[in-house]
Amino acid sequence: MSGPRPEVLAKLTPVLTRRWLEPDAWRIETYERLDGYRALRKALAVHPDDLIALIKESGLRGRGGAGFPTGMKWGFIPQNDNKPHYLVVNADEGEPGTCKDLPLMTHDPHAVIEGVIIAAYAIRANRAYIYLRGEAVNAARRLRNAIAEAYAAGYLGKNILGRSFSLDVVVHSGAGAYICGEETALLDSLEGFRGQPRLRPPFPATHGLYACPTVVNNVGTIASVPPIVLGGAAWWRSMGTEKSSGPMIYSLSGRINNPGQYECSMGITLRELLELAGGMQPGHELRFWTPGGSSTPLLTAEHLDVPLDFESVAAAGSILGTTATQIFSQQDCPVYATYRWLKFYEHESCGKCTPCREGNYWMVRTYRRILSGQGTYEDLDTLLDTCDNILGRAFCGLGDGATSSVTSSLKYFKQDYLDYIEGRKPPLLSAKELVGAH
Amino acid sequence: MGEISLGLPSVLSGSGDDFPEELRQAAREIIDRYPPDRSRSALLPLLHLVQSHEGYVSADGIGFCASMLGLTRAEVAAVATFYTMYKRKPTGDFLVSVCTNTMCDALGGQRVFDELSEHLGVGHDETTPDGTITLEHAECLAACDYGPVMTVNYEFFDKVTPEQARDIVERLRKGERPQPTRGARLCTFKEISRQLAGFAEDRPEALADGVAGDATLAGVRLAQAHGVTAPEYDPTTPIVPEKESSS
Ligand SMILES: Cc1cc2nc3c(=O)[nH]c(=O)nc-3n(C[C@H](O)[C@H](O)[C@H](O)COP(=O)(O)O)c2cc1C
Ligand code: SF4
Ligand code: FES
Repeated sequence: MSGPRPEVLAKLTPVLTRRWLEPDAWRIETYERLDGYRALRKALAVHPDDLIALIKESGLRGRGGAGFPTGMKWGFIPQNDNKPHYLVVNADEGEPGTCKDLPLMTHDPHAVIEGVIIAAYAIRANRAYIYLRGEAVNAARRLRNAIAEAYAAGYLGKNILGRSFSLDVVVHSGAGAYICGEETALLDSLEGFRGQPRLRPPFPATHGLYACPTVVNNVGTIASVPPIVLGGAAWWRSMGTEKSSGPMIYSLSGRINNPGQYECSMGITLRELLELAGGMQPGHELRFWTPGGSSTPLLTAEHLDVPLDFESVAAAGSILGTTATQIFSQQDCPVYATYRWLKFYEHESCGKCTPCREGNYWMVRTYRRILSGQGTYEDLDTLLDTCDNILGRAFCGLGDGATSSVTSSLKYFKQDYLDYIEGRKPPLLSAKELVGAH
Repeated sequence: MGEISLGLPSVLSGSGDDFPEELRQAAREIIDRYPPDRSRSALLPLLHLVQSHEGYVSADGIGFCASMLGLTRAEVAAVATFYTMYKRKPTGDFLVSVCTNTMCDALGGQRVFDELSEHLGVGHDETTPDGTITLEHAECLAACDYGPVMTVNYEFFDKVTPEQARDIVERLRKGERPQPTRGARLCTFKEISRQLAGFAEDRPEALADGVAGDATLAGVRLAQAHGVTAPEYDPTTPIVPEKESSS
């Protein structure tokens, strides 16, 4: 194999991932040797508002899926309001396909902690929580250790580096609920309740944790802060596109030769990513893929040249999301894949609103019927109709996301559905799984 | 198909009064991590703590959390039953979770689960009669680049085949502790629950376990092999742009 072309290799921009090659980067000595906590010293020497201005200027957008401008989010925090402010790091990483935050926290935990301290200083928070998905025990032990090291070194606690700024950080392990990645459900969970989304407005910026001003940021967003403080906004913008600045960790999984994490300038295409990842596995041809996790509409081989930045993916009818590219081939069935995702959404629906709770329940059953060879043409209309009743009517993004693979697979792969209905494809599910289907 | 049992009367009858003082002390430490008037935030960690004592959340565990936090048992039960990681029945020493979400399923995860289920003679959320292993299927574990994955007490075994999975559980049943592909050497479900409650890893060697795997490093290694880096930066670049005085 000839390997990737130089112009494609040049799109690799390891910034957040660069320390992963150092097996000991999770220890504070190694981290400090590699520029660690240098950004913090620099940041504490300026006014917090200057940091907010810097992050605005960098164009950094949230890495948690929605791509909201981070500097603007920080700027929404009211000042001189005599209320405590909170920084909450969303480390719940649960979107199917997404696998970038766990390695960040496991292999470079201090980068996250340093980002937390700078962000907390900028928004005038004296308490920060890292809400970590429960299953991530290895990331948890590394983070807890890093926090203990940072306290011992005077980077956390009272009067950090001799200044009047103080900060305490707590790692809070969740308990297995995808919905707790949704920021308001996360806040309820962190307050000790069932993780169910809150009505907005009011927004977390004014009424977040304990009804106080709160910034919720993704792990990758927070880990981007120290390099921006060091290299400056113009440097950050020298990577990526005008509206989608900076490097992004693309998580590739599936039918490819070298799955894994590829940090590239935003705007790289799937064709180029595949080149970096050694191409499709022998005997597999690209058939469908998610650009940003299972909640983003499927794309196909027609979309190999869509630049993977926020705007271009939206123009192609999908969502950049968390840049979790799950790659499927002609050996995978888009109908079955959608069914399996729906079972996930059915299981993870928090039950608060009817369209999501009932809609996903019934769609799973409709798919069972189709996949066991007993589907009807009417089922396809029912699916679209159900999606229509969920999308935009659900209380939070989970319900909306659940419809993505349904509508997109029906758009691009209707023939596959018809093949089950018309008996050209053998049923994938047996009649016993039909119990309860209608 | 699953039995529908809310089990409320039994869940609401426990007190946890005979839980050891050591556990109460640990609970107070957890509560101290949160603002004084916000002790309810300690509920999730306390439920993990209860599992570190009992291996699941029993009626007594619910009573214990309720009394530590000044909540009603019903309030605690409402939370405990919402989250997948809180178990309602005694759990084995080793919780074996097989990811069967879409990507892992496509790559063979469902076959791994089926093999284990048949081999162990237990279904989802069931425990072997000897009390060593609880089997469950899990949703995406944020490791799709290593799929199909399974975890034992949440430590990763990557790219498992049905045969490897069977071998791993067999060794667990013999009292061995196979080394996870990534993550730390194994401890018991109760021990890992204590860490989930927020207590530090007390095995230094376990902290050092878990080097980054090939998939994690795929991009950085490729860049390194070809001498590619991100654009250089000057770490002394000023945060506040110097004003061009004329404009
Ligand atoms: C159902 C659902 C699940 C989500 N899961 C996550 C998650 O695991 N991690 C995350 O950072 N954001 C997740 N989000 C997005 C958050 O609500 C929020 O937008 C994000 O944490 C903001 O951080 P950012 O601005 O840094 O991206 C989820 C959203 C929804 C609707
Ligand atoms: S859309 Fe689903 S997850 Fe979101 S609030 Fe409604 S029921 Fe809950
Ligand atoms: S689908 Fe199994 S880890 Fe993501």
